[in-house]
Amino acid sequence: MSTSDATTDRILALACERFDRPPGSLSAEDDLFQSLGIDSMQALDLMTRLEETFDVEIPDYELQGVSTFADLAALVRRRQ
Amino acid sequence: MSAAAGATFEGEALRWAPDGDVLVVTLHREPGNALGLTALAELEALVAHVGAGAGGARALLFTSTARAGFCEGAALKELYTDLVARRAAGEAAGDTLAAVRSFIDRIHAVFDALDQAPMTTVAALHGVVFGGGFELALTCDVLIADKGARFAFPELRLGLIPGFGGVPRLRRDVGNAVVRDLLLSGRSLSATRAHELGLVSQVVARGEALPAALALAKQAARFAPHTVAAAKRFTKPLPEGLDAEKALFCELFGSPVVLEALARFAADTSALPYLPSERVPS
Repeated sequence: MSTSDATTDRILALACERFDRPPGSLSAEDDLFQSLGIDSMQALDLMTRLEETFDVEIPDYELQGVSTFADLAALVRRRQ
Repeated sequence: MSAAAGATFEGEALRWAPDGDVLVVTLHREPGNALGLTALAELEALVAHVGAGAGGARALLFTSTARAGFCEGAALKELYTDLVARRAAGEAAGDTLAAVRSFIDRIHAVFDALDQAPMTTVAALHGVVFGGGFELALTCDVLIADKGARFAFPELRLGLIPGFGGVPRLRRDVGNAVVRDLLLSGRSLSATRAHELGLVSQVVARGEALPAALALAKQAARFAPHTVAAAKRFTKPLPEGLDAEKALFCELFGSPVVLEALARFAADTSALPYLPSERVPS
């Protein structure tokens, strides 16, 4: 089942741009932390940019339960 | 220290130099300006310099050159290594606690002096403003943050509360509900949210906190010093609860949970090391 939607697409585009990945190289079911290989600083930066982009507040502890970009999109939608 | 404390200073953790009437204090210890004994000694030298007239400066500005941000907080790995060495050397728990108490007393003396400095103090904030770094920022009169700054009190993961005066100072500026949310969840706040809550006075684009803070500090430095000092006394008294916080911090520090938590933190390589992903033992 495809989990692609506007929120997921915006997050994927943001992640590609922010972490220097070719456009379209990430997909909704990719593991967020594994595919980006990000450290704690970058995780905080991603969280801040998501909050700015979607005008939501994302508590760090909810990010702990996220593994894929689709999970992250679901978290953002719950906060909108 | 590599230079005598004077008009300019170059230390291992911080440096200062005048920019017109503003004394600019720069934290520059990579990776994240952790506050340990070296930083404490240099902050004590700064307080002595300010107490001696700050070389004629009429405002003070804190900034950081660290990529990670303003300050990640207390030097926890240094603290853990020191504690393990003390235990290995057979030091009694009571002596270890006395050393911690001495450190906390010194930090409080420095932060109280900065808080009450008779000139306008401004913090230019970016990136991580966590734990003791958040507490240092809270001593300042005006906080200016770029959009990438994040604020957190992650101390509960270590079995502790913030010990550098952070909770009483945060409570001075924002509602107690916000204090409890940050303290009891350990989550971080964005600069935008901190601005909405009244904790941060100005939010600027990434990389623009220092010029914005310097512009404010230079404006503030134009006012008569005695008027500024009076205005500060009127609007920013030392908060209640500082001594109670010290006592509670030292009481909690005596628990074996703290050493175990420090060991876990020192070994943690997760993306969110400031938040425990499992239960902390009772």
